[in-house]
Amino acid sequence: MSTEAPTRATRAPLREALRLPRRLAGWDAAVVVLTVLTLVVASGTVEEFGTTRNATFLILDLAPVLLLALPMTLIVVSGEIDLSVASTVGLTSALMGELWANGLPLETIIPLAVLAGAVLGAFNGLLVTVLGLPSLAVTIGTLALYRGLAYVLLGDTAVADFAREYTRWTIGSLGDSWVPNVVPPILLLVTVFALVLHATPVGRSLFAMGANDTAAAFAGIPVERTKFWLYVVAGAVAGLVGAYWTLRYSTARADNAEGLELTVVAAVLLGGVSIYGGRGTLLGVVAGVVLLTSLQNALRLAKVSADALTVVTGTLLILSVLLPNVTAALRARLARRAAPAAPPPREPAHPAPAPRGPAPEPTRRDGTP
Amino acid sequence: MAASRPTPEGHPARGEHGYETPRDAPPPPVVALRDVWKSYGAVAALRGAHIELHAGEAHALVGENGAGKSTLIKVLAGVRKPDRGVLELDGVRTEFKGPQDARAAGVAVIHQEPALFPDLSVAENVFAGRQPRGRFGRIDERAMRERAHALLARLGVPLDPRRPARGLSIADQQIVEIAKAVSLETRALVMDEPTAALSGPEVDRLFSVVNALRAESTAVLFVSHRFAEVTALCQRVTVLRDGAHVSTGPLAETSVDRLVAQMVGREPDALFVRRREQRPPGDVVLEVEGLSRAGAFRDVGFHVRAGEIVALAGLVGAGRSEVARAVFGVDRRDAGRVTVAGRTLPGGRPRAAMAAGLALVPEDRRQQGLVLAASVQRNATLPRARQLSRFGFLVGGAERRAAREWAGRLRTRYGDLDDPVGTLSGGNQQKVVLAKWLATAPRVLIVDEPTRGIDIGTKAEVHRLLARLAADGVAILLISSELPEVLGMADRVLVMREGRLVADLPREAADEESVIRAATGQEAPA
Repeated sequence: MSTEAPTRATRAPLREALRLPRRLAGWDAAVVVLTVLTLVVASGTVEEFGTTRNATFLILDLAPVLLLALPMTLIVVSGEIDLSVASTVGLTSALMGELWANGLPLETIIPLAVLAGAVLGAFNGLLVTVLGLPSLAVTIGTLALYRGLAYVLLGDTAVADFAREYTRWTIGSLGDSWVPNVVPPILLLVTVFALVLHATPVGRSLFAMGANDTAAAFAGIPVERTKFWLYVVAGAVAGLVGAYWTLRYSTARADNAEGLELTVVAAVLLGGVSIYGGRGTLLGVVAGVVLLTSLQNALRLAKVSADALTVVTGTLLILSVLLPNVTAALRARLARRAAPAAPPPREPAHPAPAPRGPAPEPTRRDGTP
Repeated sequence: MAASRPTPEGHPARGEHGYETPRDAPPPPVVALRDVWKSYGAVAALRGAHIELHAGEAHALVGENGAGKSTLIKVLAGVRKPDRGVLELDGVRTEFKGPQDARAAGVAVIHQEPALFPDLSVAENVFAGRQPRGRFGRIDERAMRERAHALLARLGVPLDPRRPARGLSIADQQIVEIAKAVSLETRALVMDEPTAALSGPEVDRLFSVVNALRAESTAVLFVSHRFAEVTALCQRVTVLRDGAHVSTGPLAETSVDRLVAQMVGREPDALFVRRREQRPPGDVVLEVEGLSRAGAFRDVGFHVRAGEIVALAGLVGAGRSEVARAVFGVDRRDAGRVTVAGRTLPGGRPRAAMAAGLALVPEDRRQQGLVLAASVQRNATLPRARQLSRFGFLVGGAERRAAREWAGRLRTRYGDLDDPVGTLSGGNQQKVVLAKWLATAPRVLIVDEPTRGIDIGTKAEVHRLLARLAADGVAILLISSELPEVLGMADRVLVMREGRLVADLPREAADEESVIRAATGQEAPA
């Protein structure tokens, strides 16, 4: 910072200082505002919504969506998608039931569930990277495949007698408060994913490959390998969610979390991640998850039927894909009227600052010294 | 078009704007722009541009990048409406409300990179959207094929109308576009840098096609950075500078030096740096042995020493870029060994190549070199994100400082480091690509067409930069389709033909003739 001070001072210091807010002042900021607004309005109008009891349940409901949305964000930013996450939850949940019924302790079962999720994710990853198949097709396939395997394992039966101390902890709260036990580990994971996406070389490479994977490969980024590991991570997280789901409802069933991928993808897109890859923030996604799940929660409390809730999710999903495109088109049209986009290659007004020294020598327009 | 087209004889040549019209050619120009102004917001792209395209004449339009050539073409194509100025067709003032008006008036534009439907046949591409119809509105495949065949024969190009467009060379794709234009009764053919990606013989063929059209009294506008081609093809030339008209006149009455001076508004220091002081090169840094990749190249071997610039010449499609990509590891190789400073590189691992000190500035800046939607900063630091991170995290503006330093060293012009790199001009984009790789402090730098499509000023800067890097001991492999660049810069010239390395010419033995002979496979006279 200090060594840069002189140069910075010569270049619009205010703008430099406002850099972060400026970057935030987009879709994700709007979603954050909308989320807060929704929470306030719902607390005021929907009975029971603003209670701590409901807050606890809201968080417990929100947890699986948020957890699955974390790796999903990374995958969508890198230009791919994974629609099989909810089926992976179902399959690992069924596996847990099977293993528990066979007498394995939960201390062994939970790591195994995570591992099984990772293996299922690796299968997705192999198909997408090694065979080069489109992730949309691959994960629609495994969406059906993994769910089917879950039914093969458990059929229509349910395993329900999980160890009490585990199920209690899962739905329990920290001390005497209303804050669920799962909040600290979830916050930790959110922080880890946010740091990876926004503050590490890996995160940079995800954005790069999402925007242009050829250029990313030419920059030495192992595009295929990175994508493979993304799917492994997504599978592992789905395995973890499988374990959470099983213990939270204390039942292992083949249809656990059925259709949850819709909510997850909707929340990620609502959070401002571009479906085309290369763009998005984890903060926006967190807000998207909170917005979507609290909206569902409030509507449910307002006695709206579960089927109608799917309508809300679907509509929000379409809107979050549609609106950025519409606004971009509008902006382009406005810009064309005022100052058409992409003028012919012209030199921008400001020359680059001289490389070193507090008083940069003005660079001449023709580029000769 | 409500206004009936007047007979050319009815309108005497106009001269009221004070620039000459040929006295011996009384018919008015097919298309003319007079005193055209166009601004994009605060930026004036055209400030009083003139151009006249006459039937049967090839007219060159030259100017540095940013001089307004693209905007002028867009106005001619009806894509942009000028703020001020007159557009005339056959001497009659008119207005293009959109591209369809321009097309209806017989103005066709051939772009540098044609956009064909890859899975449709050549004939279907030529007649896309207006296929000849048979009974019940069915497409008459046969008539379409025959008409396409006749068109291609008229252009003197033996292309099978039935073959799909996929896999056609860029040169052949352009021919298809031209055939399309001809089938549309084109009276003025505008070509925007059509030769940028063509090899010598392909350029010759394109020119004979253009000359055939000219003989049928089509007016031609040819935009190019290559003066040799301009002189070979055109009769008149217009120079644009900063959006304004500088001069128009017969090519025979001017010289390349004068044109360049008019384009840049100053005397050219040197078109190509002829590198002067050369020290004896150092140790071999890059060694390639027996490199092969099926369908691309075979058994390629060469070495580059520290401080040496080795050019890799050859026709487009000879496999030069493919060799570069395999050396760097973006493409896999089937056989062979690549050694950088004694370290053997594993195949297909660009990161290992980078770690050994290899850098590749790829040929396609927009697709391979840059993430256009990402910021200048992100692009400039992408290959180095790991080195710039501390304990795995990118914090405290390390990227920003690094990007600013290198953008500054190369005198890159940008608005803000957060602006998408796609908003920069071509030359400045290329500087960002160079900055991105030079920042990795490479020992071996492979540059693939480093000056393609950038203006003369930037070009000279790039040449100076390469010369300086070589003087600092970097081993440079320069792939270029421009012979003067190759001959001016290189210590040695390697020539590839059809996937094989066919010549290794020392500087003294390398001249235009020897390189072209090797590249085309013609035997030198004894």
